Amino acid sequence: MADLPPPVQGPTAKEKKYDRQLRLWGATGQQALENSHILLMNSGPGVTGLETLKNLVLPGIGQFTIQDSAVVSEADLGVSFFLEEEHVGGFRAEHSCNLLKELNPDVEGHYITEPIETFATQPDAFKPYTLILVTAPVRPEILAKLSAHADASLVPLFYIHSVGFYSHFSIHLPPAYPIVDTHPSPETTTDLRLLKPWPELLQFAEEKTSNLDAMAHDDHGHIPYIAILLYYLEQWKKEHGGNPPQNYKEKTAFRDIVTKAARTNNPEGGEENFDEAVGAVLKSLNPPEPSSSVKDLFKEKECVVIKQDSPSFWVIAHAIGLFYTKYGVLPVPGSVPDMKARSADYVQLQNVYKSKARKDFAEVLESVRFVERTANRSTQIEEKDVEAFCKNAAHIKLVRGRPFHVVQPNESIKWADRAKAIVQNLTFPDSLVPLYIAFLAWDKFAATHDQDGLVGAQQVPGETDAETDAGKVTGIALKITDDLIKEAVATLEEDELETIKSQVREFVEELVRAGGGELHNIAALTGGLVSQEVIKVITEQYVPVDNTCIFDGVKSKTAVIRV
Amino acid sequence: MSNEAANISGESQRARWKYLDRILSRPGPFTDPDWEPGEPVIESLSRSKILVIGAGGLGCEILKNLALSGFKDLHVIDMDTIDVSNLNRQFLFRHADVGKHKAEVAARFVEKRVKGVKITPYCGKIQDKDEEYYMQFAMIVCGLDSIEARRWINATLVGMVDMQNPDSLKPLIDGGTEGFKGQARVIFPTMTSCIECQLDMHAPRAAVPLCTLATIPRQPQHCIEWAHIIAWEEERKDITLDNDDPEHITWLYQKALKRAQEFDISGVTYSMTQGVVKNIIPAIASTNAIVAASCCNEAFKIATNTNPFLGFPETDNYMMYTGDESVYTYTFQHMKKPDCPVCSEENLARPLQVDSRSSLQEFLEGLAERPEAQLKKPSIRSEEKSLYYQFPPDLEEQTRGNLSKKLADLVSNGEEVAITDPAFPLQFKYKLIFQ
Ligand SMILES: [Zn+2]
Repeated sequence: MADLPPPVQGPTAKEKKYDRQLRLWGATGQQALENSHILLMNSGPGVTGLETLKNLVLPGIGQFTIQDSAVVSEADLGVSFFLEEEHVGGFRAEHSCNLLKELNPDVEGHYITEPIETFATQPDAFKPYTLILVTAPVRPEILAKLSAHADASLVPLFYIHSVGFYSHFSIHLPPAYPIVDTHPSPETTTDLRLLKPWPELLQFAEEKTSNLDAMAHDDHGHIPYIAILLYYLEQWKKEHGGNPPQNYKEKTAFRDIVTKAARTNNPEGGEENFDEAVGAVLKSLNPPEPSSSVKDLFKEKECVVIKQDSPSFWVIAHAIGLFYTKYGVLPVPGSVPDMKARSADYVQLQNVYKSKARKDFAEVLESVRFVERTANRSTQIEEKDVEAFCKNAAHIKLVRGRPFHVVQPNESIKWADRAKAIVQNLTFPDSLVPLYIAFLAWDKFAATHDQDGLVGAQQVPGETDAETDAGKVTGIALKITDDLIKEAVATLEEDELETIKSQVREFVEELVRAGGGELHNIAALTGGLVSQEVIKVITEQYVPVDNTCIFDGVKSKTAVIRV
Repeated sequence: MSNEAANISGESQRARWKYLDRILSRPGPFTDPDWEPGEPVIESLSRSKILVIGAGGLGCEILKNLALSGFKDLHVIDMDTIDVSNLNRQFLFRHADVGKHKAEVAARFVEKRVKGVKITPYCGKIQDKDEEYYMQFAMIVCGLDSIEARRWINATLVGMVDMQNPDSLKPLIDGGTEGFKGQARVIFPTMTSCIECQLDMHAPRAAVPLCTLATIPRQPQHCIEWAHIIAWEEERKDITLDNDDPEHITWLYQKALKRAQEFDISGVTYSMTQGVVKNIIPAIASTNAIVAASCCNEAFKIATNTNPFLGFPETDNYMMYTGDESVYTYTFQHMKKPDCPVCSEENLARPLQVDSRSSLQEFLEGLAERPEAQLKKPSIRSEEKSLYYQFPPDLEEQTRGNLSKKLADLVSNGEEVAITDPAFPLQFKYKLIFQ
C-alpha cells in the first residue's frame, strides 16, 4: 500500500482558470474576493472606474454594482471600452455593466441609474457593499456622507481622479487595518537565530561538525552552513569572553576565519557550503531584534487592553507581545533556506527549526486561550490564525486608516498632524505634492461652479475656456499651498517657495488643459493601480497604499503620501 | 457629397474623440513651443502604423489602449493559441475561444468594439518577417514573455538603422510583468540604451546543479526537476514530453511525490509540479493594465508630441514598477553600454571572467545562465580557429573534440572570442579574462 501514490486530484475548472493568480494570493485570498460586493459610484467620463472593475471582474470578485445616471454620448465611445455604438442614448451604467459581465460568468453585476443625489440619501443605500469606489467630480456633501459611512461601518472607501495625463486616488481604511500575510520578499524572511541558538540546534551543529579535521572531503563539503557558522561561533565566543562578533570589524574578522577554514586541496578546489557560510556572516549574525513597527504594535492601546469584543488580531498580538516580553524575541518562524547539504541532514535541520516553531506556537496559543477566558470571549480563535501570525510575526503591518480630504466650498483645507511632513515633501525636487494640491484646487473649482442653467451639475475646469479656468484654479492652488505652509509653521527660502509655486502652476495648467476629460491610457493605468489596491484590501494580503497615490503621466512617475 | 456634408460627417466622427482632441488641440506647459496642435497632429496620429508584438496579457491591453488613443492602423503578431488559464486577465478572449489563435481573436474583438480602427493579425513568429516588413511601421510596442524574442526584435531594429534615412529608426516600447512587478521602457535604436544593454536587469534564475537533483534533493522542487529531467529521460524516452498534457504532468507529479517520500521531503503538489515544469510566472490583470498603459502612454506621446516622452536622448527611458508593498515606481535613464554587442558602434568585446581550468563544454553551458550572455545554443570561434560549432553536423563533429579540453589549452588570457547563437541575428564578442 505504501508504494502506491495517492490518487491525483487534478485541478478543478476554477483552479485552471485562476491558476496564475492563485499562485499569488492562494485559495483564502480568492475566497475573500468571491465574498466581496463592490460599489462603483461613477461620474465624469467614468473610464477609470470601469477599467478598475474590469481588473476585478477578471480575477473573480463576487459582485459589483455600478451607480451612474449618465446617458451614453458619442464622446463616451472614444474613451470607454465598455460601450458600443448602439448604446448611445441608453444608460451608461446598464450597458457597461452588461459588457463587464461578459468577462467572467462567475461574477454577478448590477446597475443603478438613479442620480447620486437621491441614491446617496436613502437610508441603508450603502449597506450591501463591502467596498466603495467613487470617482471625481462628486459633490462635497455626498463625498462627506460616504466618508462618514466609511468611518461608521468600517467599509473601505476609494476616491479617484483621472484627468488628462494625471491621476490620483486616496483610500479611507478602518482606523485599525492589520495585515498578517504581507508576503515579504524571501530575502528578508530568513531568521536563523544563530546568536540565540536553543539546545537542539546547538546539538545538531555539534553532531555535524564533530571530528571536523578528520572528515573525508565529501563529508566536509556537505556540512550545512548553519552548522559551520555555529561551530566557529562557539570557538570565537571562547576567545572573546563569551561574546559573538559584535561590530562590522569583528564580523569581517570572523568571516576571514570561516573563509580560511574552507578546504581548497579537494578536487573542486573550494567548498560551496563554506562559500554559503561566508556569504551569510554579515546578514545572519545580527541579534533577532523585531523591527520598531512590530514593537510599536505591542504598545498600541488595542493591544494592551483586550476586551470581550476585541478583534482576533489584537488578541493574538497581545499573546505574542507577552512572548516577546518574556524572551526578548519573536516566535521562531521555522523555515530554513535551501543550502548545500545531504538530504537527510537538511531534513533533520528543517525539523530542528520546525519543532522549535511548533513549541513557540504552542506557548503563544496557550496565552491566547488564557486571554480569551479572562476576557470572557465566546468563540475561540482558530489555531491556524495563531499559527500564521507566529510564522509572520516579524512582518506584520498595521495601517492606521484615516479620512482623506473632502474639499468643501467655504472651508480651507486642514492637514493637521501631517502638515509638517507634507511641507517637507513639498520641498523635494521631484515632489508630486504640488500635483495633489492641484487636484484639491480642481475639486474646489468644481464645488464652487455649476454648469450653466443646471443646478446640481458641477462644472469642471477647462471644459470651454482653459486659460481663464487655469488662472482661477492656480489662484486656489496657491492659496492652499500658502495655508499649508502656514499650518505647518514652516519657513521656506524665497527661491524654494518660488520653485514650488511654479510647479503648482504647471501642474494646474496641464490638469486644466484636459477639461475634465480622461485619456484612455491614464484611465487604464489608474484602473490597474486602484484594482490592485482593492485586491490587497479585500484579501488582507500584501501592503496597501497608505493613503494617497499620485500618478504623473508626463514624467511616468508615482508617489505615495499620507494625508 | 458636397464639401459641407463631408465636413459635417467628419465633425460628427470627431465628436467621439472630444476628450482626446482637447489634448491634441491645446498646448500645455510642457509641450514644445514649436509644437503645432490641432489638425496636423490629429492627421499624423490617425496615419501612423503601429506593430504590436504579443496578443497575451499585455497585448490585449495594448491593442485596446492604442485603439482608444486614436491610432487607426494596428498590426499584431502572436503565434500562440488561447488557453483556459489566460482567461483571468486576457479580457478579449472568452471560454468559447479556447484553442483559437490569440492574434486573430484579439484583432477582431477590438475592431468590433472600437469603430474605425483596422487591425491586421499575423499568427506566427516574429522571426518569419524580414526588415522590409518591419520598415513599414512608425513604432513597435512589445508585450512579450520571452527574453529571446525581445532580444531578436531589438537586434533587428538596431540593425535596420540607416543614418542617411531617419525613417529607418523605429522606436521600440517594451513592457514586461511578473506578479505584482513590471517594467516599461522605451528604446530609440542606436540612440538610447537597448534591450541587450539592459540584459543584466533580467538575470535568469539559477538552475539547480544536476548532482543535487540526482543524489541529494532537499526541496520539493528538486524532486520535480528530477522527475522532469532525469526520470522522464530514463523511463519514457520515446514519448515527447508535452507540458500541456495532463497525463504527462500527472506522471511527473507521481514520480516526484514518490521520490520526495523516499527522502522525507514534504510539499510536492500537482500545482507546484505544473509550475516548475512549465516555468509558470504568476500573472494578474492589474499589473498588466499598469504596464501596458504605461507603454501606450509613451507611444501616444511619441506619436503626437503632446508631452515629453521616455527615451528622449539624455532623459529617463525606463520605468520600474513594484506593487506588492504599497505602490513604487523608479523612473531613470539606463545608460548605453559601450561594449553592447548589439548597439555599440565600436563593437568592443565585452570582458568575461572565466575559470581557465573549466572545460569548453562547461564554459558554453554556463553561458545560458550568465546574466550578461544568456545564450542557449552557442557556437564559438577564437581569433585563431573554430572552437565549437553546433551546426552544420560535419563541423560539429570536427570541433566536438574541443569540448572536453580546458579553456587554458584553447585560448590565451585576454583573447577575444566570437559567439553566435541561432536565436540572434548577430555575433557576440567577448574578451576572456582568466580568474
Ligand atoms: Zn545596446
